[in-house]
Amino acid sequence: MSKAQLTFSDIDVTVTVPAGVRVIEISEKVGSGIVYGCREGDCGTCLMQVLEGWNNLSSPSVLEDKILRELMAGKHYRLACQAQVLGDVVVKPA
Amino acid sequence: MTSLTFPDCAIPISNRVHWIGAFDPLLRSFDLILKTANGTTYNAYLVRGQQGVAIIDTVKEEFAEEFFKRLESVANYDEITLIVLNHLEPDHTGALPELLKRAPQAYLYISHQAQSMLKGLLKLDEKQLQFKPVTTGDHVDLGDCTLEFFHTPYLHWPDTQCTYLREEKLLFSGDVFGCHFCDARLFNDLVGDFRFSFDYYYAHIMRPFKKYVLDALTLLEPLALDLIAPTHGPVLRDQPRRYLQHYRTLSTPRKEVVDKTLLIFYISAYGNTARMAHAIYQGASTVTGLRVSIFDLQGGEVEPFVDLIEEADGIVLGTPTINGDAVKPIWDLLSSLAVVNLKGKVGAAFGSYGWTGEAVNMIESRLRGLKLRVPVPGLRIKLIPTEEELATCQTFGQQLAETMTQKQAVRELDFSQI
Ligand SMILES: Cc1cc2nc3c(=O)[nH]c(=O)nc-3n(C[C@H](O)[C@H](O)[C@H](O)COP(=O)(O)O)c2cc1C
Ligand code: FES
Ligand SMILES: [Fe+2]
Ligand SMILES: [Fe+2]
Repeated sequence: MSKAQLTFSDIDVTVTVPAGVRVIEISEKVGSGIVYGCREGDCGTCLMQVLEGWNNLSSPSVLEDKILRELMAGKHYRLACQAQVLGDVVVKPA
Repeated sequence: MTSLTFPDCAIPISNRVHWIGAFDPLLRSFDLILKTANGTTYNAYLVRGQQGVAIIDTVKEEFAEEFFKRLESVANYDEITLIVLNHLEPDHTGALPELLKRAPQAYLYISHQAQSMLKGLLKLDEKQLQFKPVTTGDHVDLGDCTLEFFHTPYLHWPDTQCTYLREEKLLFSGDVFGCHFCDARLFNDLVGDFRFSFDYYYAHIMRPFKKYVLDALTLLEPLALDLIAPTHGPVLRDQPRRYLQHYRTLSTPRKEVVDKTLLIFYISAYGNTARMAHAIYQGASTVTGLRVSIFDLQGGEVEPFVDLIEEADGIVLGTPTINGDAVKPIWDLLSSLAVVNLKGKVGAAFGSYGWTGEAVNMIESRLRGLKLRVPVPGLRIKLIPTEEELATCQTFGQQLAETMTQKQAVRELDFSQI
């Protein structure tokens, strides 16, 4: 199984994860400041900024895209409950 | 009951603007979370420009007839060119479906965040609606006057905006600067004493969003203001700017301490969780740059603790497991925190237990649910803590303190470790 490095820059924690996990599955366990509401890509609470490796996340679904547009989020922003880690990325709370 | 009679036609509030809302003097409880001792008003407004009539917000559904009667006293439905919704809550959109039937040509002006709520709330098909999402910098022309929009999210719904009529220096503020207070005389210089109602409304509706209130004030303060027209309670024409100042005061942190602060709350029947609490207190206190306090929930009231937590950087909650659960005072404290913003604060849980020890995990999940981050896994100790276990408690306190003061080193973990 391929591995990737997911870094939470707000708490300086890097976790080696199997490719395909969602950011939400890791961030709560290590106590990053990314917080969640609906947990299903609908509310926008979990907006995060992708500082590095934004091509290494799964591309946003139609629903996620819609929420990101409503939030008027810039292109390096994603929903942590939706984005899957496919390669090395560095993220922090928006 | 009230002794004043309520006028049943529209009330002029400026050259171009009429109040066309509704009085609800008998209401005593609002949104389940608020009380009101003398009812409320649902304020809706009509702006007459040379090239069209705009309706700003509507009323709760039960009061629709009252609203339409007032509207009809000053305009015809076919004159209405647009409807501004400053947020979509039903107390201000209840009459909208019927209004759209009567004025099908009207365009809705809503915030970007309101778009996805339209369908859920109004049971109207998004595709059949004519709406335009707007944000700060956008405006709409009514001929001799313009409505300008200000993006003020989370005051108190995610989709909240304010609308400004520059030619009259009039701000349609939505629930911001509103209160539940019903008085037929409508204007702040004429009605009874609504100071309590104003502060109470702020404390229950706006307080969780202080950061957003300050952002909104930064947007609104530069505006010239003759009148603030909120969606509940008195129309503020006498010294309107005072209310902005008051909101700023209410939303500015009172904190004087520059250090970070950590609060330990515990409750203990036989002293075991209390012993853990004091060891954690000792451990956390060894770290500089952090002020640590400890409180026994049995000796305090919930309200002042809520005030303390609002301004703290971290909280640690200690509870024994009793009948498979954390104890009620802890849950009472947690369920009182909905009025403050907890996002990003550090949370942690600990407690002594006898055989199952569910309480600590339950509290940790609740802390995450309340949007705290929980960087150090909870600590459970079976029955009476030994000296060694108390040392573990000290380490737990110290770790928490280090996370909060960023004294913890950069960490690299493997998936299997978390
Ligand atoms: C004061 C207030 C605060 C609210 N806060 C939230 C919230 O934080 N998250 C959410 O999903 N909905 C929130 N809502 C929306 C309600 O859950 C929604 O309107 C629901 O349909 C009300 O259900 P009811 O008719 O059974 O009371 C809030 C509503 C009010 C009135
Ligand atoms: S938590 Fe609601 S969108 Fe991610
Ligand atoms: Fe509201
Ligand atoms: Fe309201």
